[in-house]
Amino acid sequence: MSAPSLAEGTKPTFAAAPWRERAQEALIPPLVALLVALICGDLLILSYGQSPAAVYRLLLEGTWGNAYGFGQVLYKATTLAFTGLAVSFGLRAGLFNIGGESQLAAGGFAAALIGLVLPVGTPLILALLICMIAAGFAGGVVGSVPAYLKTRFGAHEVIVTIMLNFIVLALLNWFIAGHLHVPETLHTPEIHAGVLPRLADIDSRFHGSAANLALIVAVLIASAVWFYLFRTRGGYDLRAVGLQPQAAEYGGISVGRVWMRALTFSGVIAGMGGINYVLGYKHYYEDGFASGAGFLGIAVALVGRNHPFGVIIAAFFFATLSQGGLAIHAFVPKQMMDVLQGVVIIAVATAVPEVRRILRDARKRSDA
Amino acid sequence: MREEGRGKGEEGEPGNQTVRALSVPPFPLPSSPVPAIRMDGIDKSFGAIRANRGASLEVLPGEIHALVGENGAGKSTLMRILGGLMKPDAGHVEVNGRDVTGWSTSEAIAAGIGIVHQHFMLVPTLSVAENLVLGAEPKSRGIVLDYKRAADDVRTLSNETGLVIAPERLISDLSVGEAQRVEILKVLFRGARILVLDEPTAVLSPPEVRELWTVLRRLRDKGDTIVLITHRLDEVVEISSTISVMRAGQTVARVKTSETTPGEIARLMVGREVSLSAGKRVQPSGRSAAPPPDQGLEVLNLSVMGSRGTRVIDNISFSVKPGEIFGIAGVEGNGQTELIEALAGLRAIFAGEILIDGTDISRSSVAQRHDAGLSHIPEDRHRRGLILEYTVANNLILGVQKDFSKRGIIDKTLVMENALREITSFDIRPPNALLAARALSGGNQQKVVVAREMGRTFSVLLASQPTRGVDVGAIEFIHQQLLEARAEGKAILLVSAELNEVLALSDRVAVMYRGKFAVVMPSSEASEEVLGEYMIGTKKGNAA
Repeated sequence: MSAPSLAEGTKPTFAAAPWRERAQEALIPPLVALLVALICGDLLILSYGQSPAAVYRLLLEGTWGNAYGFGQVLYKATTLAFTGLAVSFGLRAGLFNIGGESQLAAGGFAAALIGLVLPVGTPLILALLICMIAAGFAGGVVGSVPAYLKTRFGAHEVIVTIMLNFIVLALLNWFIAGHLHVPETLHTPEIHAGVLPRLADIDSRFHGSAANLALIVAVLIASAVWFYLFRTRGGYDLRAVGLQPQAAEYGGISVGRVWMRALTFSGVIAGMGGINYVLGYKHYYEDGFASGAGFLGIAVALVGRNHPFGVIIAAFFFATLSQGGLAIHAFVPKQMMDVLQGVVIIAVATAVPEVRRILRDARKRSDA
Repeated sequence: MREEGRGKGEEGEPGNQTVRALSVPPFPLPSSPVPAIRMDGIDKSFGAIRANRGASLEVLPGEIHALVGENGAGKSTLMRILGGLMKPDAGHVEVNGRDVTGWSTSEAIAAGIGIVHQHFMLVPTLSVAENLVLGAEPKSRGIVLDYKRAADDVRTLSNETGLVIAPERLISDLSVGEAQRVEILKVLFRGARILVLDEPTAVLSPPEVRELWTVLRRLRDKGDTIVLITHRLDEVVEISSTISVMRAGQTVARVKTSETTPGEIARLMVGREVSLSAGKRVQPSGRSAAPPPDQGLEVLNLSVMGSRGTRVIDNISFSVKPGEIFGIAGVEGNGQTELIEALAGLRAIFAGEILIDGTDISRSSVAQRHDAGLSHIPEDRHRRGLILEYTVANNLILGVQKDFSKRGIIDKTLVMENALREITSFDIRPPNALLAARALSGGNQQKVVVAREMGRTFSVLLASQPTRGVDVGAIEFIHQQLLEARAEGKAILLVSAELNEVLALSDRVAVMYRGKFAVVMPSSEASEEVLGEYMIGTKKGNAA
């Protein structure tokens, strides 16, 4: 063959960017965004006539500083990890799943229903498995509706998932209020089987906190999502569709099938999140337990930059803000934390690309 | 408004018509009249890649100056620095004698620099006039767009320059050639007197190219300065008066066009001898035993509907035998794109049959067609051929990812071995398998696509514009690959806007005109003149 050979002395390589560069790019931009958020927080606290240092110390003590607070952070982070992973999984295929709220609720409802149906004394592992599968299945059913409508009729998934939130939540409310509630409440009776052990059962210092083993499930699912996205053919296809649908189609990938799979599994992941409250914390389904966690998952996915492990970290961060709001309520309104959440989201959306650009420019200058 | 364009900072530039190119001393001596553009010792790096290393450029006012070089030689970077899109790491830039090093895009536009990019930047849903006035809309009563004035302004400019186009037409209705006219009008409308055209002919048919040359000559005669970036040496020779050649970030030569030859320019660009004639015909080795009659690609009575309910492909039948290259020429937009997409499974067919080695694939999916032995080099590598954010290694398995995975899990070792092999044998640069495809130059991106499509098992190859926007060295290489595949007994359908490419490679050629073949003939009987007439429809032929 008359192919020109490579220029003398050059060999093909697999050299990715040096790890130091990659670490800088991964860590510095979010840290800058955090700094921006902290400064905004300072100004807000000062406007209430309080000392920022004192308030932040309280915030840290109330969250990571004691076992109960930390347990609450873990608990809140778990639900957010599920919904954040769900949103990011859809986004990797180029689809925006806004339906986390209703998928989460449907998952919790299904888990409670199965927990009520199973007889007392069902072996724990078996009961847990069945309840989890039920939760994932229910979330997946809710997720598959927009998936099918998009693939079959081209209906935009954002519209369908938003509208489906109203429908599914109303249906669940009707079930609970009309049929399944314990009198005087809006929740089901306690489940008979499938109760997830709490962390307090393992380490008594967590006593009183809601943290439970659903956390482990969340981390396992994040790992599974990572493996699927970056190691399997399905993940290769899914990311290809998300990046360039026309090139994916050219490469023999069925775009519709990938959409179907991505939105359905996004729903499965969000639905599994229901076990944290139902199996791990209250042991019953209560109307409105999901309120906000589904939507906050969008922010978690954004701040976690759609990477499974980034999502876990972001979930911890938002959980800390949420729990921290309770800790500082005596000094400043806890709604301040909602404001800070907003600031973080805006800071990440704007500062991260900008800081990354500055980093790259600086590197270019030092190379030249 | 246009008259102000040449304004500021152009002392000592009297009667540029008289001091035109012919008095240019050979590189690297400085020239005596104040040059329109003078760039000197330009350095520009992107990470470890040094795009410009002491590059220089000197363009005299009122000349057409060709800037040539392989992909990745640094031409575009140099022009981006001129247009203020980037700042050089070192060196300086003078325009009309004024030092403007590190200026901004708005300063460059105000000083009359106009860059016509390779990829059109027009709003498809707006009219020609609306696109031209975008950002500087004439308004009546301060708020309402004065549409009539905009249209009149466009018509005046259009008549002045010979860039004829109706201001009311929507961009989405224009052909590629017309859209390019709008792009040129756009920069002229903003008062540009120094025009930079980046690969303007890459998407044009021969008649459109001739029209463009007429316009450029007219602009030059009015005193405008033109820098033409191109790969096509015949064009360079036809239109330019001076040529600057870049190689590996440096300007290696500046010569008068009248004193050089295409062969010498090619040698300067690549740094070695290149054959320009697409290689001597390799005779297919396996011709002794005639292949079974149903082998290769067979298309029967194919019709495809376009987006507006018309037949973009109208009852076409043809076959491509193993060991044969069947070339399709034609002005772009006559159904070539739709034909290839229909064959590849990317567009539904209305009627007809498509067979590969006797198997009917008319209704098969893209993946099933791959399995039946179809390989496809798509015309648009950015949209279809590559996933730009994926690494080179991952792009090299697109479409064959199945072969690189076991039980659904991608075998990284296999992927990397494959990448190593293809990078080496196709000389993909930089030779880094983990670089994102986006970071490669156009020619090297195309090599990734060609390497992948040639590397898989196939019996029929659809090669659509296989050398578009690719440099001379890579064109030669890709042509050799096609000829070798032909010698190995593959059936190859070649679609190209380059007439000479179709003629040099094909055994038989067809001209597509309005969804039909205007003519099919052995390429030994065809010539550019003959095919050209069928392409523009002045001659209607035997196959219609």
